[in-house]
Amino acid sequence: MKDHYEVEQFLYKQSEFLDTKQWQKWIDLFTPDGVYWMPPDASYKTWEGQPAIFAEDQNLMTVRMLRVLHPDAWSQRPLWETNHLVSNVSIVKTNKNGDLEVKSRFHMMELRRDDVRHFAGSYFHKLKKTKKGYAIQLQRVDMTNAQAAYDYVLQVWV
Amino acid sequence: MLKERKADFSSMVEPDRVRKEVYTDQQIFELEMERIHETVWIYCGHESQVPKAGDYATVQIGRQPMILVRGNNGKVNVLYNRCPHRGNMLCGDRKGNTGEFFRCSYHAWTFHHDGKLKNIPMKAAYEGTRYGKDNPDCNVKKAARVQNYRGFVFASLAEDGPTLKEFLGKSIVAFDDMCDRAPAGEVEVVPNCFRVIQHSNWKLFLENQLDALHPSVVHQSTGRAAHEVEKILARKAKGGAAPLSYHMLSAFATVTIDKWDDFQTINYPYGHCILTGYMGLRPQDPDTLAYDKVMIKAYGRKRFEKIVGVNIHHVLVYPGLSVQSPLQQLRAVRPLGVDRTLTEIWHFRLKGAPEAIYRRSLAYYNLVNSPATLINADDLENFWKCHQGLASDGGDWVSLGRHHGRDIEKDGTVSSGPRMGTSEAPMRNQMKAWAKYMQP
Repeated sequence: MKDHYEVEQFLYKQSEFLDTKQWQKWIDLFTPDGVYWMPPDASYKTWEGQPAIFAEDQNLMTVRMLRVLHPDAWSQRPLWETNHLVSNVSIVKTNKNGDLEVKSRFHMMELRRDDVRHFAGSYFHKLKKTKKGYAIQLQRVDMTNAQAAYDYVLQVWV
Repeated sequence: MLKERKADFSSMVEPDRVRKEVYTDQQIFELEMERIHETVWIYCGHESQVPKAGDYATVQIGRQPMILVRGNNGKVNVLYNRCPHRGNMLCGDRKGNTGEFFRCSYHAWTFHHDGKLKNIPMKAAYEGTRYGKDNPDCNVKKAARVQNYRGFVFASLAEDGPTLKEFLGKSIVAFDDMCDRAPAGEVEVVPNCFRVIQHSNWKLFLENQLDALHPSVVHQSTGRAAHEVEKILARKAKGGAAPLSYHMLSAFATVTIDKWDDFQTINYPYGHCILTGYMGLRPQDPDTLAYDKVMIKAYGRKRFEKIVGVNIHHVLVYPGLSVQSPLQQLRAVRPLGVDRTLTEIWHFRLKGAPEAIYRRSLAYYNLVNSPATLINADDLENFWKCHQGLASDGGDWVSLGRHHGRDIEKDGTVSSGPRMGTSEAPMRNQMKAWAKYMQP
């Protein structure tokens, strides 16, 4: 129960960092070898060596962050906000050392100028237990609409 | 007023400027579909998308829903996605395998892979009527012409016109350059298509492809960000280099605005165009050297040097194909409406090349062309803003005058002048071709 509570709090925190645009804090949630991965299709088993919507380590995350923060990131200039809801959290595996594998579902609403878009799907997290709390080794994001055409694109992590 | 003007499209396109309605008028859009997209050779797909008999992929040519399908005899056909009985689309999915034949989901008429009628349920009901196998109107209609060049399948919905090779002319280098870079001389599609919708006229995408002035303005933010991280990684690598993927992004900042004049655009009849290379994708790292070795073995040194010496960044095949042959990327532009356009983005494996070379193309595909692209995002933003502005009454003309009068024309080929890579020659050439297509 304690694990479950802590994991939920952790997942809420990571989506709060995204929604409040605290990019560096969000990146710091990952282990040094951690990967954020959004496959184009649910059938994909690994992020390596095949197409990915996102497949980023902390270095590439930093590129994305610096770009978004740049004053001439034109597409990010207009009004733009997100709101994540995370739910259906279940721990699917607990390792002896306290590392966890966790599944959850999310719904993200995005406002861009006057338009609202909705993205939904599932998260799969590999979490490492550290002295400072959990750290993300892998965040896999399967979007329900991953295969649909993208009306405009995604500019930050979901 | 517009109706009168439309009778003479040449009055809408002057050598150095274009009327805004060319981008925003619904009637012009319909005519473009009829006279350009539904007439010329349009890319339908790569034959490796449909490797087995019955494999199909649906594709849009102009306003026409089409099916690319591999027949039992191995031949790739392009059919209208329409049952000749009551007009139902035969395939509702983007891709799949139809089995031995097509079976309409409405009244179960069946058709061979080449569109010929196979059977009608309880066909006695048609005795004494005009309907049956003897009537060609009971077959699924085929694209008027289909041709395959090195695995790339094109269709034209017009009976007459230039052959595919005549149409492509020198832009055929897009496919030669891509295939020749494979030790086996051919490429294979990676079965994933990224699809992105832009809220603008289709021509804005084409014009942007060879617009050498825009990258350092539009993509500065990503270029700078990548360059920052690239420098940190290079320091950490102690004399080594950051992965090439960072260079692919940082080039947008490190190639400063004035340097873009060093490149050249070469413009061909029918609206096609080439932008010469700038990324310097021939580093001397172990991956490249291993690839060179395999290539030399396959082709011999002389031919190898010639192949890798082809200096292209980008080929635009008018009116809807953008090919980055050295990185094996292909974008097909499908107009959905006057202000809505779909791009379908594919990449390919060089058959016989080491895995590391594929990873290079994959990195570009993911970073530049995915729906989370760090590059095209800002282009899409500009396309939308551009279309909004063009639809306004703030002006009647779009200016294409950069370096106008300084293009070098020879045997129908128009090159941007020396140190004039940012010339608007490609847009002028595209619009010249456009006016020719549109004039009946």
